[in-house]
Amino acid sequence: MKAYISVFKLRLTYGLQYRTAALAGVATQFFWGFIIIMVFEAFYSGTVTDPPITLKQLITYVWLQQAFLAFIMLWFRDNELFQLITSGNIAYELCRPSGLYGLWYAKLLAQRLSSALLRSLPILAVALLLPEPYRLPLPADPAAFIMFVLALLLGLFLIVSLSMLMYISVFVTLSPAGSLLMFGVIGEFLAGMVIPVPLMPDWLQSIVYVLPFRWTADFPFRVYSGHIGTGEALIGIAIQIVWLALLITIGKLAMARVLRNVVVNGG
Amino acid sequence: MIIVKGLSKAYQVAKRSPGVKEAMKALFKREYKVVEALNDISFTIEPGEIVGYIGPNGAGKSTTIKVMSGILVPDVGTCTVMGFTPWKDRVQYVKHIGVVFGQRSQLWWDVPVIDSFELLRDIYKVPEQEYQSTLALLTETLELQEIIHMPVRQLSLGQRMRCEIAASLLHSPSVLFLDEPTIGLDAVSKIAVRRFIRTINEEKGVTVILTTHDMNDIEALANRIILIGKGKLLYDGSLSAIRSQFGTLKTMTVVYSHHAEPLKVEGAVIESWTTERAVLSVDTAQTVISEVLISLSQQVEILDVAIDTLPIEDMIIQLYKEHQL
Repeated sequence: MKAYISVFKLRLTYGLQYRTAALAGVATQFFWGFIIIMVFEAFYSGTVTDPPITLKQLITYVWLQQAFLAFIMLWFRDNELFQLITSGNIAYELCRPSGLYGLWYAKLLAQRLSSALLRSLPILAVALLLPEPYRLPLPADPAAFIMFVLALLLGLFLIVSLSMLMYISVFVTLSPAGSLLMFGVIGEFLAGMVIPVPLMPDWLQSIVYVLPFRWTADFPFRVYSGHIGTGEALIGIAIQIVWLALLITIGKLAMARVLRNVVVNGG
Repeated sequence: MIIVKGLSKAYQVAKRSPGVKEAMKALFKREYKVVEALNDISFTIEPGEIVGYIGPNGAGKSTTIKVMSGILVPDVGTCTVMGFTPWKDRVQYVKHIGVVFGQRSQLWWDVPVIDSFELLRDIYKVPEQEYQSTLALLTETLELQEIIHMPVRQLSLGQRMRCEIAASLLHSPSVLFLDEPTIGLDAVSKIAVRRFIRTINEEKGVTVILTTHDMNDIEALANRIILIGKGKLLYDGSLSAIRSQFGTLKTMTVVYSHHAEPLKVEGAVIESWTTERAVLSVDTAQTVISEVLISLSQQVEILDVAIDTLPIEDMIIQLYKEHQL
């Protein structure tokens, strides 16, 4: 366990070095946030039926999405790990007395956390002070806020478990390009990153609800805005835990399998 | 300590002839070639030995090291190191070994060396006190004081290699596998690395298995060499045995005052010849040196003579030749 914490700490301090990248990230996220909100505002002003989610809740959704992008985007990648696999430096990792899965998991977790720490606070602080209608409202109630934090953290663990599968797939394909694209495009759409899930047609929603992706982004954001009530949120958190256990089990099994067949070529 | 029996490993390699047409064909039907990296390799290594594992490129040296360190699973054969089967008891086993792959890196590229060391300390669960004393010893013998707080990306190759070796020894392993530890190093760094390997072998009794292409490494360190070629074990024995096998072969360099005609010496082979200098090789088991000298002095006026035993590198080349590698 200490080893995992150690990897986590090292990667965290290392990730916190990149201040300029974080600043640029913050600027980009604001730009995107405004554009998306403007587009939805235009749609909402022209609607005649009652939308399934209020504009206020939608704005919350967008700002949280921008602030915690590092927690929820699937394409956020660790090139070091890819290089490790494709270049054969993995040889060293295989000589360590601890499981590769745990070490990599800790590393990816720390990478996302360090990135989010630098970006989320400034974005949230500014978004809370913006003029209406762009302002990010406070959470629906204190219970919703606690649920939101829990759901967001579980979502972070979930996304790392999902991306571990992507890294494992590189053992077979030897190139991260394909799995990254597939995972990125499909996974993020299904997580509600492109169109918020409540605005999707019913048939698509029923697909999204049976897959794990929405639990990483859509679910915590809707808990914050109160679109999902506390009672429903509790059930949701339980489902998150079930998914997490399932994905980690699959990941560990897959890892053990690919490691058995790994071949490190060359001197 | 290490018992290897009947180890074989074959790789399947996709192959294709050049050209677009062949590439299109390969889309539908892949052709594979089986490369036998190891073929029935057996040897035993006792605790405290330093063994030089040598052979030409592609002989299977690194493959053997990878099997012994638990990274690769062989097709057939058994391998026991300190009672463990490397690829089966991997997690338990690797605590006891240290591995250096000269062509790869285990240090985190963007952080100071000491951070990587501390991470390894936690991964191997080394007690703090033991870690500090090992680190102090390694820092002193490998001269790391200056570089330990620098990020790895700013180190020179020699500095990095010394850090890599230190990193592999932080958990005080009893067996150390070194896969080309001196590759790309200058003479000074090579000597430092060799001296260090000697020291840990003598003082801590670490068993060392070392692959290299630099025969000076072997000469300075290994009492025993194992030679493999094309996956087969060709020679396993002491360096002195090879020396005595080839020790009767001498190279004689003669410098003489101008002489236009080629020399003719019974019992010696003229390797090269000019009007003022000749290099001869003599097998002292068949010809006595003095006879060669007498024959030479009858033909030319000798100014200088140097007689050398065959360098170890040439002995190895002779061995390769004998086995047609």
